[in-house]
Amino acid sequence: MSDVHGSGKFLVGIFDDDDVVLQAVKEVKNAGVRIHEVYTPFPIHGLDIALGHPRSRLGIAAFMFALSGTLTALALTYYTEGFDWPMIVGGKNSYSPIVYVPIIFELTVLFCALGMVGTFLISNGMGPTVKPLMYDLRTTDNKFAMAIDLSKNNIVEGDIEQILKDSGAAEVNVKQF
Amino acid sequence: MSHVTSAVRPPLVTGGKTYADVTEDISRQVEGAPTREWTIAFTISVVVLIYGTACVFWTWWEGLGVWGLNKTIGWAWDITNFVWWVGIGHAGTLISAILLLFRQKWRTAVNRAAEAMTIFAVLCAASFILMHMGRPWLAYWALPLPNTFGSLWVNFKSPLVWDVFAISTYFTVSLVFWYMGLIPDLATIRDRARSKVSRYIYGAFAMGWNGSAKTWARYEYMSLILAGLSTPLVLSVHTIVSMDFATSVIPGWHTTIFPPYFVAGAIFSGFAMVQNLVLIIRVVFKLEDYITVEHIESMNKVITLTGSIVGVAYLTEFFIAWYSGNEFESYTFINRATGPYWWAYATMMTCNVLTPQLFWSRTIRRSVVWTFVLSVIVNIGMWFERFVIIATSLHRDYLPSSWAMFHPTLFDISDFIFTFGFFFTLFLLFSKFLPVVNMAEVKAVIKSSSERLPVSVSGVAKGERVANPTFNKDVE
Repeated sequence: MSDVHGSGKFLVGIFDDDDVVLQAVKEVKNAGVRIHEVYTPFPIHGLDIALGHPRSRLGIAAFMFALSGTLTALALTYYTEGFDWPMIVGGKNSYSPIVYVPIIFELTVLFCALGMVGTFLISNGMGPTVKPLMYDLRTTDNKFAMAIDLSKNNIVEGDIEQILKDSGAAEVNVKQF
Repeated sequence: MSHVTSAVRPPLVTGGKTYADVTEDISRQVEGAPTREWTIAFTISVVVLIYGTACVFWTWWEGLGVWGLNKTIGWAWDITNFVWWVGIGHAGTLISAILLLFRQKWRTAVNRAAEAMTIFAVLCAASFILMHMGRPWLAYWALPLPNTFGSLWVNFKSPLVWDVFAISTYFTVSLVFWYMGLIPDLATIRDRARSKVSRYIYGAFAMGWNGSAKTWARYEYMSLILAGLSTPLVLSVHTIVSMDFATSVIPGWHTTIFPPYFVAGAIFSGFAMVQNLVLIIRVVFKLEDYITVEHIESMNKVITLTGSIVGVAYLTEFFIAWYSGNEFESYTFINRATGPYWWAYATMMTCNVLTPQLFWSRTIRRSVVWTFVLSVIVNIGMWFERFVIIATSLHRDYLPSSWAMFHPTLFDISDFIFTFGFFFTLFLLFSKFLPVVNMAEVKAVIKSSSERLPVSVSGVAKGERVANPTFNKDVE
């Protein structure tokens, strides 16, 4: 949520290249500047690690949703064919978990996919009515923006600007939300 | 770090494109006015759709008697068309999921269009399920609803119920996968939009995407899990479709090799349809630098492999029919090849087994014209495969007095035409209003797989590729 609803005064360093911005993150951090977030037009591998973001726990959510799908399918097939209205087809057991494997599999996948995507949207604070805070509109095109929250840094603005430029920023802008 | 690709691999993006070029080239057709070709194609599709809709409506109004079905042949074009469309609907998710897991980067240029094709093809397939029910307004009876709707629950042991679950799950997950892939590109179009209306609409669908490092990390993680889920899902769908036949007791249907055979056939026909669509897209939208001959060749290799698997499956079926020592089984297969429907069998064999073998030639595999023609032939062949399996297995049953032939009526044909109108209307709308190539993914592979020479590296001759280039598009 915090990435979407930032507030205050930001310094935004604009970079032209993904490798440069990845290196710059390390340099800016080493200079003692706290980086708010980096915005890129495509995923840069290792950027989240360089920024110190914790590993996503989406996998745990996915597993729980998958498990709930499996249990739903087991409960549904057991309730309908093992309990509520047992049917003997071809002289076989009315309830046999083996023949329900396709149902169990499909519901597991369905619950997992929908649940995980829902979790993804909620955890990013995304939705059809959400207006994103764009630090630079070009970050969905070809530029890479490093946003620095001035209220969370004790270094003077001019020094941060110099640090950004030294690390390869093509331009440094001020953005006020 | 940018993705690392071996320097001996041919580039995936040609023409020295920068990140900005990718955005510009692919957003152009979304932002501009519709081209003349598009308008003509769209008009034709809509006319076909209107005609088809009227015929489908008449089929429902009058009942399935308007089709050429008879007491012996209870499934013919309806299920043939259904299986054909579902099969086509396999390539998209295969490209985006299985090829993602295999780290095949060439998928980035074609996955968007292929996934769109998948979704629309599955819708066409579903329309035949609804049509063949005869009373589509009772379609919800296929869902496991409480007893108040009837006296019984659905039979969860039936492959037809498995099909309901498999196809609806497949459709939902493919749609979600496709939409999630679209979000970053929708944000690109939102941020470029000049009019308020398009900024609002694309903005709503982009769901407030901001491209932060944290979002991207989660996004990549999610894509990987979705790919992991979709991979067995793709294989399960046609496996279950094949079980509609394989679990029956009809000679020619109850074949244990059906699941892998159907899956291979589905990938085969799906890739052929992808070829047909992207070959048109790359010319009409001038995307030859993104969908290159390398991409076409890669897909032709998949077609050759799966086509050969299908060929082996045909021969295996024949061998087993003889080897089983079962008269009825043997008769069905001999009747297929030499009976009154020999021409359908011959078409199937020629189009699916013989002509795709031409792709062993590198020249043919890399020729746009050959690819297009052979892909059309594959799709004709795969339609006949399903017709051969479904109708010719039924037309001579155990009782010679009930032997029959199937003659399609105007409505059999028109209801099939309906799906073409439906498919192409949706596909043309997609190609006008959404980016047909995944911009974010192409940008992510461009550095390692582009022809472009990095301007910051001096002393490198033009055309020579360097191991780890960095380039700055503003320098030029």
